[in-house]
Amino acid sequence: MWKWLHPYAKTEEAYRLCITLQPWFWMGAIVCLLIGTPWGLAFAPQDYQQGDSFRIIYIHVPSAILSMGTYVAMAVAALIGMVWQWRTAYMTMIAMAPVGAVMTFIALFTGAAWGKPMWGAWWVWDARLTSELILLFLYIGVIALYGAFEDKQQGGKAAGVMALVGVVNIPIIHYSVEWWNTLHQGATISKFDNPSIAPEMLWPLLINLLGFALFIAAVTTVRLRNEIIRRELHRPWVQALATTYFENKRT
Amino acid sequence: MVVALYKGIFKRDMSIAFQQKAELMQPLMFLLMVVTLFPLGVSPSPDTLQRIGPGVIWIAAILSSLMAMERMFRDDFQDGAMEQYVLSGLPLPAISIVKVAGHWLVSFVPLLLLSPLLAVFLHLTIDMYIALMLTLLLGTPLLSLVGAIAVGLTVGLQKGGLLLALLLIPVFIPLLIFATSAVDSAALQLPYHPQLAIIAAMLLLAAASAPFAIAYSLKVSQN
Repeated sequence: MWKWLHPYAKTEEAYRLCITLQPWFWMGAIVCLLIGTPWGLAFAPQDYQQGDSFRIIYIHVPSAILSMGTYVAMAVAALIGMVWQWRTAYMTMIAMAPVGAVMTFIALFTGAAWGKPMWGAWWVWDARLTSELILLFLYIGVIALYGAFEDKQQGGKAAGVMALVGVVNIPIIHYSVEWWNTLHQGATISKFDNPSIAPEMLWPLLINLLGFALFIAAVTTVRLRNEIIRRELHRPWVQALATTYFENKRT
Repeated sequence: MVVALYKGIFKRDMSIAFQQKAELMQPLMFLLMVVTLFPLGVSPSPDTLQRIGPGVIWIAAILSSLMAMERMFRDDFQDGAMEQYVLSGLPLPAISIVKVAGHWLVSFVPLLLLSPLLAVFLHLTIDMYIALMLTLLLGTPLLSLVGAIAVGLTVGLQKGGLLLALLLIPVFIPLLIFATSAVDSAALQLPYHPQLAIIAAMLLLAAASAPFAIAYSLKVSQN
């Protein structure tokens, strides 16, 4: 069943897959973000309590959800790398790490900007905010550990172990608003049968969520391609690639 | 027969640890000095100290444990003993349990013995002290177990010291939250067994899974 996946353990095949997927990811991301963001920021109805300042939800919620989603994806990639000994899985994990860290930072930053008018403070030490901050630290730890190794193959494995250790934080973030009585509001959009958000507000949010996901995927493919090239410089196919690139440039 | 081998590893660790008495004492002195800084830096008033005391002791314990942690595999790794462990045919997870247990005895039991002094320094009540002691008893083995994974990963690196802190502090935060919350509950005469139960659950989970992660990380470091 999973046999079609096996060729992508080879870096060359993974590189070609990235080239194939990349334009689709970029197109999808640009289309979704161009529809979702203006719709949410300008045309969606005002909130009856928070007025216009709720509109940052269209950036805050997608980035927060995907900061966790990217971490889980990293952990899955690390597990795949560990079980099936795939070098490309570790490379994918490392390609995702800085993207996820930036998403976490965006979630924290927009959250702070939203918290100032609503709660009257940039930052409170509430369970969800704290656990999201820990998530940022975990991303930084994974990136730093990978960077400390000279042998990147070994570094990928080590960073993978650390990513898997940190994955316990994900359920803590997700359930923090239920387990603790916190200032941060509860989940809004994950209850599809009975959503606590009006449909005309929900649609742009979902479109933006998809747009952010595709954007992350697009940046990851770019980073993965760079990672593969950097790690496989001595391989003949990379050298052939470089030769054709420079020959095209010369003509 | 096999048990004798584990005993041998344990005895070796102990005798090495007690020959390097200075290295044994340094984290403890560091702990004592960090705790001393708080009355001087924040406020010497008993009320304030009592309020921040549990957190201060826990933070100092985590920081000093980070300093002591590196010792766990470093010497074995450098003198080749670790390779012998891997080649010995004994299961590496079992060896790592022995090593972690030895490390806990050497670096955290002295901390537990020092804790009454710290409690007096920070004006903790007897209820708070009992709660603190219980959280330390359950929490410090967790520090050793989880810390050993990161130590295993960084042991082959030349400049592992600060990196270890960077990796481990985020992972230790949940423990810190529950431990200090237990002591705060004790200060208010409230029941604190829920927090203890959560720490115990984390400890059991770590005890079940960490040895395998430690073994894997040691293998990664040996490449």
